[in-house]
Amino acid sequence: MAKYSTNEFRGGLKLMIDGDPYSIVENEIVKPGKGQAFNRVKVRNLKTGRVIDRTYKSGESVDAADVMDTEMQYLYNDGEFWYFMDPESFEQLGADKTAVGDAMKWLKEQDTYEVTLWNGEPLSVTPPNFTVLKVTETDPGERGDTSGGGGKPATLETGAVVRVPLFIDIDELIKVDTRTAEYVSRAKKS
Amino acid sequence: MSQYWAPTASLENLRARAEMLATIRTYFAEQTVLEVDTPSLSSSANTDLNIDSIGAHYQGPSASADGALYLHTSPEFPMKRLLASGCGAIYQICKVFRDGECGRYHNPEFSLLEWYRPNFDQHALMADVDELINLVLGSSTTTLRKLTYQQAFIGQVGFDPLTAETTTLQHCAQQHGINVVGLEGAANDEWLDLLMDQVVIPSLGDGRVFIYDYPASQASLARLDPNDNRFAQRFELYINGIELANGFHELTDASLQRQRFENDNIKRQYASKPTMPIDENFIAALEAGLPDCAGVALGLDRLLMLKVGASNIAQVLAFPFNKA
Repeated sequence: MAKYSTNEFRGGLKLMIDGDPYSIVENEIVKPGKGQAFNRVKVRNLKTGRVIDRTYKSGESVDAADVMDTEMQYLYNDGEFWYFMDPESFEQLGADKTAVGDAMKWLKEQDTYEVTLWNGEPLSVTPPNFTVLKVTETDPGERGDTSGGGGKPATLETGAVVRVPLFIDIDELIKVDTRTAEYVSRAKKS
Repeated sequence: MSQYWAPTASLENLRARAEMLATIRTYFAEQTVLEVDTPSLSSSANTDLNIDSIGAHYQGPSASADGALYLHTSPEFPMKRLLASGCGAIYQICKVFRDGECGRYHNPEFSLLEWYRPNFDQHALMADVDELINLVLGSSTTTLRKLTYQQAFIGQVGFDPLTAETTTLQHCAQQHGINVVGLEGAANDEWLDLLMDQVVIPSLGDGRVFIYDYPASQASLARLDPNDNRFAQRFELYINGIELANGFHELTDASLQRQRFENDNIKRQYASKPTMPIDENFIAALEAGLPDCAGVALGLDRLLMLKVGASNIAQVLAFPFNKA
């Protein structure tokens, strides 16, 4: 198995810790003038998202996690797995509910998502920061109030619910920020 | 975005550095402490287990058989040779080099201020350091705190660092959320270094604090307390949790000094690190007679960081290591 020395530590490096894959969030060198050097790191568990602290004596080696990010096309959901396809090899992989997580409500067939693989299996799915989706359900627009102050809930084609301005109608395409689940703007029909 | 070739320090911080250096030189000139300049390259090197030298190579006239040289990690040995020659109080501002040290508070080459005062003990030198810091940073708003190494541990974590079992040290680290990898079977001093730096010092809060009377096992080049040889007459200054200076009431005994160097090299072998050639000129100077004195080394880049409120050493360096 590949190993990383503490000298190679940097943000984003993927490590195995207690059997789980982690990504380095922060790496700080601690070295008293006449004392032993340490790397104090904050690492994120790629399965649970939890961030923990670890301190490594400098010079130690840590197992690398076989984790890679790939762009994959979402195909369909069979009730148990969400299937993604590698656009080059046409290989299909099923991601379970834990791996898909919050990305579930943004998944639109044929669109491309970042799938993080661990030992070749989907570990997590990340939607693009912005996505364009169709409104499938919302109360009729209220032309009298265009200030957009309060807005109204709208259900999108993927099932996600976001607050939209009052002037948005059913069948319109809107641009949404998937990180905050917030409406950004109207989108042109493609 | 700044250009890749451009300095990482602002012009304001570069001016603050020049001003700091001028303040320091004026202070020592007024006290008739002589500025000296000693070599950065030597065929001998620091043996300290935790300080690694950067090697260099020279060929040409006067070269040694293998041409191997080391960049100094501090100007301590040649400065003590000057002291042994009877020069009186001296100081030096120079670049020193340490392998493997690069981070928010570390650059592999950094500016050190080192000075020696004949007939000072560690307490007189701490007062001297404090006076100089006042000139650079302005007078401290809090009262100066001085704690022995033992008091600091007992006060902050509730155990005596000199008698604590390794399991107590491990437990303390765990309690403070420090999950350590790589200290299995390590000596107590390694745990103590970690706890001092990560638990004890941060819990003392902001302001200046001198820690003194280090355990004899961490004496380095300090003499042991003649009344209690469990302690070394060594001190460190921390400001806002940042380690700034390290001082000694200097060891003057040549044979004890040689023993410490040899022990260092044994520890280096244990740690699979290269042993370092002992500075025989320095040992010879101790044999000739080093006057009773105290000396201290102070990191000038970190002092400047405190002066300008920088959070990363790159903000006070024209060109940090990765842009040099």
